[in-house]
Amino acid sequence: MSLINYASREINCKIVYYGPGLGGKTTNLEYVYEKVAPSSKGKLISLATETERTLFFDFLPVDLGTIRGFRTRFHLYTVPGQVYYNASRKLILKGVDGVVFVADSQIDRMEANLEAMQNLYDNMAQHGYDLTKMPFVIQYNKRDLPNAAPIAELDAALNPGWPVEDPARQKPTPDPYRPGEYLVREIEGTWIERVPTFEAVAVKGEGVFDTLKAVSKQVLKTLG
Amino acid sequence: MTMTPRAASWSFHEEDSARIRGVLQDFLRDASARTALLVDRAGQMLVTVGEPPQFDPTAFASLTAADFSANDQLARLLGEPEFGALFHQGERESLYLADIARRVILVVLFDNRTTLGLVKLRMKAAVQDLTAIFTAMFDRAPAAGSTSVDSEFLGEAEDELDKLFGA
Repeated sequence: MSLINYASREINCKIVYYGPGLGGKTTNLEYVYEKVAPSSKGKLISLATETERTLFFDFLPVDLGTIRGFRTRFHLYTVPGQVYYNASRKLILKGVDGVVFVADSQIDRMEANLEAMQNLYDNMAQHGYDLTKMPFVIQYNKRDLPNAAPIAELDAALNPGWPVEDPARQKPTPDPYRPGEYLVREIEGTWIERVPTFEAVAVKGEGVFDTLKAVSKQVLKTLG
Repeated sequence: MTMTPRAASWSFHEEDSARIRGVLQDFLRDASARTALLVDRAGQMLVTVGEPPQFDPTAFASLTAADFSANDQLARLLGEPEFGALFHQGERESLYLADIARRVILVVLFDNRTTLGLVKLRMKAAVQDLTAIFTAMFDRAPAAGSTSVDSEFLGEAEDELDKLFGA
């Protein structure tokens, strides 16, 4: 629920980083915080335990500046990934405009990825939001690790797609971020839509801005 | 993927702001409180009235929403539908928070120039007035085009994104 405040001429959009524990959500925000010019960012707030595990959320406001008279900001949030913290995780999704799912590419984290993805769908549904109709991208993080699963395997598990009902949209739609791939395509007579995915090594900053830029652009389109 | 504008988006207009500021200014005067802020449940600052706060308002708004949401869930665990108000007491400054129409949080900042009792007393009427204003705002059918930005906004915003995050 992006808020257009005509009184103070502000637009604020909320983007939430979701995913399994220790997958790199906080690392994504820390990298953005480190690299964005000081004039374009606010405080990075982390409500974390003493061992730096996210307890409630991390929060970073990023300022796009004034665009056609509106001061435009993105509020970036992470959720606590640990299964145990579901109550807090759900709260953070309130009013979300766009979601980044940060998956841990390591083969032995596949189950944790799936559980977190299912949890995301469940929590969104409980807020009355339909993830299939919202700005949503997936980041496959930790691509540099030797036990990283192949992208095709991660896609099959985490991004199988959903059927496209609208006949007007039942046409091959190239994936702007992966040449030769399609976001919408026909598979065995059914039109299927997947979400854009990004490979990343968040600790080195690789893929962090590509991911954020893609979800931000999707969110901006919903304002029009 | 499809970009369906969601009905949950809402807008906040000049005239809404003027009425709300009026209610809050009266309240601050009657309660001898310093600052009143309105924050939406998603953590966005809507209005600030009274002495300009010395803290980062964006951070303050996100923490307020989280604080209120967490307490909301605590209330439910106790079998209460909600905690309609929260009080945080400091040595010099204190905060009183109240729910408005389940969508917005009123935060009042006050010091030892007043008392919790007076703030609570005066807040009742303010909460009622604000609840009526916000309920009417949420119920109002959005006029065509009123909740969207103009067409050139998108292009310029995308350019800014490319500049900020690298093309």
